[in-house]
Amino acid sequence: MSAVLEQIKENLMKGKANDVKALVQQALNEKIGAADILNKGLLAGMGVIGERFKKNEVYVPEVLIAARAMKSGMEILKPALAAAKVEPRGVVVIGTVKGDLHDIGKNLVGMMLEGGGFKVVDAGINVEPAKFIELAKQNNASLIGASALLTTTMTNMKEVVDAVKASELAGKVKVMIGGAPVTQAFCDEIGADGYAADAASAADLARKLAK
Amino acid sequence: MKRISERIKAGELLLSDGAWGTFLQKKGLKPGECPELWCVERRADVLDVARRYVAAGCDMIETNSFGGTRFKLDFFGLQDRVAEINRAAAAISREAAGTDRHVIASVGPTGKMLLMGDVTEAELFEAFREQVVALEAGGADGVCIETMSAIDEACLAVRAAKAHTRLEILCTFTFQHTADGGYHTMMGTSPAEAVAAVLEAGADVVGANCGQGMEQMIDIVREMRKVAAHVPIMVQANAGLPRNVNGVDVFPETPEMTAHWVPAAVRAGVGIVGGCCGTTPEHIAAIGKALNQQKAAGKKS
Repeated sequence: MSAVLEQIKENLMKGKANDVKALVQQALNEKIGAADILNKGLLAGMGVIGERFKKNEVYVPEVLIAARAMKSGMEILKPALAAAKVEPRGVVVIGTVKGDLHDIGKNLVGMMLEGGGFKVVDAGINVEPAKFIELAKQNNASLIGASALLTTTMTNMKEVVDAVKASELAGKVKVMIGGAPVTQAFCDEIGADGYAADAASAADLARKLAK
Repeated sequence: MKRISERIKAGELLLSDGAWGTFLQKKGLKPGECPELWCVERRADVLDVARRYVAAGCDMIETNSFGGTRFKLDFFGLQDRVAEINRAAAAISREAAGTDRHVIASVGPTGKMLLMGDVTEAELFEAFREQVVALEAGGADGVCIETMSAIDEACLAVRAAKAHTRLEILCTFTFQHTADGGYHTMMGTSPAEAVAAVLEAGADVVGANCGQGMEQMIDIVREMRKVAAHVPIMVQANAGLPRNVNGVDVFPETPEMTAHWVPAAVRAGVGIVGGCCGTTPEHIAAIGKALNQQKAAGKKS
């Protein structure tokens, strides 16, 4: 593999945003394909960070700075990706459910999804089920990711699942859920398509569900 | 009234209170509603929570001000009412506590991360200053900076209280059990790192709150003791991790289960025990009973 791609990966993992930006430009100058820069450079680095996060070898700060470095790289890479017609793996609408104002977990999931090659549409916090549906339609999303940090709001996830099933998105858009009090048993109970225990696992799950 | 840290250093074991948020939910607080606004609009209900904890035998009670910084109140359009709300929160707890119990006013995280440039250090310091000054004016004698995960934010809160109030400063972090068998906050801070940093910033009491139940607190306290041999330590554990059973919160630990771990926590070096999410006046009374047995045993030996 090209040395510059390896350097992009390494610098992304260290969260060196400016270096990643410069290296992506250098890779483009060297006529490396945009898809390779994305997959073998940026996404490869985020993948390693995600694995380390799952094993508690790194924590939230490392994920945040790596994601920021990825964003810097993407700014440079985006026009080249568009020109080469490289499509994202899919579109995911994410949000924290109605009544819940927490955003750190949801934001982390968004970063890991972008790091997994998805386009992320962030619906924000305190999101009504209808809003999830509307944004999923507008953006031609294949997945909805709903987050809740409170035991009192996690029940609102069922409303999102039910709203999707009652809409024309039924069978097309899958719903994945997560958050501190959420479990696989709860996911099964409300009929959601998948549950992930942490942000990195959420990206793995999205890849599985989007197939 | 003697300061809390002096009482602990003199060998006392003190009882703090239990959950406020989950208690207010039982009184009708809805998800997405601002709990702190109840200090103004539902004063009698908040006062009742405070009184129930006093009746359970607490030596100190907290205040309904966990989300009382302007950054949190901003979600509800209440950012201009920081002084009013926090002052009311402290006054309610002081009314219940009287003059011979401590009021340790609750200060929680802002939800902003310095690391990402969400906010500057000066802005965070100012937000904490604004809150703690109002809590002192309302009648608190201590501040309990709690559920912290980032060292930088916790230290700014400690410094703001140190520089602008005479409040005694308690500072507790929330740890999770990690794959390496140790404990870290979500930001990766270990108990030893957290304690060293907030002591340097000027905290009088350190500790841990929330988390996954009383049993894990014992390991965390041992780690803290290694780096802070004589500093008073406080723990306020959840009644285990909540489970949602048919839409209703269930915290798995009963008062007896929580109290069971108290002797081991005291042996590990804890001086103040209270509760966090899911704990009730009954949990606190059970912890109090266990602490009294420890005191009696201590006198005999």
